[in-house]
Amino acid sequence: MIARILHEGQYELPPSALAHLRQMDDELMDRLTAGDEDGFCARRDALLALVRSEGRMLPDDALQESDLVLPPADLTLEEARRLFTQHA
Amino acid sequence: MGLMSRMSTIFKSKVSAALDAAEDPRQTLDYSYERQMEMLQQVKRSLADAVTARKQIELQKVRLQGDMDKYQGEAEAALKAGREDLARQALERKAALKAQSDGLDGQIAELKAQEDKMEENARRLETKIAAFRAQKEVIKAQYTTAQAQVKMGEASTGLSEELADVGLSVQRAQDKTERMRARAQAIDELTDKGVLDDALAAPGDDPVERELRKTQQASQVEDDLQALKAKIGAGEQK
Repeated sequence: MIARILHEGQYELPPSALAHLRQMDDELMDRLTAGDEDGFCARRDALLALVRSEGRMLPDDALQESDLVLPPADLTLEEARRLFTQHA
Repeated sequence: MGLMSRMSTIFKSKVSAALDAAEDPRQTLDYSYERQMEMLQQVKRSLADAVTARKQIELQKVRLQGDMDKYQGEAEAALKAGREDLARQALERKAALKAQSDGLDGQIAELKAQEDKMEENARRLETKIAAFRAQKEVIKAQYTTAQAQVKMGEASTGLSEELADVGLSVQRAQDKTERMRARAQAIDELTDKGVLDDALAAPGDDPVERELRKTQQASQVEDDLQALKAKIGAGEQK
């Protein structure tokens, strides 16, 4: 499974990491809904840290499609909120 | 729906929009390559913009420091003339400028971080472009084989992802630089008019923080005043 952290790069992750990622994503959503900026940032950092520690970074010359796209490390609560109001 | 899946959906739609642009898959390769070169130029421009904005803010900080020194001098002169009220006024202005100047430090650091990120982006993109250029011609030459077609699809998607990612980061960086530039300009205008105050409270500031800052500024004014009195007193005793 390949996950891209926006503005950072792609990581190859074992499929087993997905369940944990989803759980952390749920917590992140929860903080977003609650409008809790500090909690949101802490969980965003934790989610990305998990990808970095569990995954292996793909070399810069890799040209592969990602299965998952994760927000950039400096995504703000406000920006995250806008993601849900704009059209995909 | 979670943030991850929302982000993935939005991002993938940007990628497929880019891929749909060309009909013949072989054209997609050339088109992608051109887009990549354009994107690299954009990253470099955005890097240059961030550097310019940072230099402007650094200059502004120098100007603020000059104004602060001026008010300090005025306060001293006023106190020597026995006008504590005027001295206090001058020190209040100086404290307000100090708060702005401290705020600029944060902006300078933020812009510097952005420059580093853009440099890293440009480096990564250059590597990808080189890899893609090498693969592109090989794949085109073998286009008739099914395997090459699959490979081409993969390379194009991978590349388009990179383009969409870099495009997004350039957009965010430009927005941020623009916001800081606008704020710096507003400070300049207000300083020129001599009405610099809470109009430029940092974004996200709540009333409590504002009050707290006022209190800190007030105590700074008192400290400065006492220090000046001591200095002048010491001078007189000599």
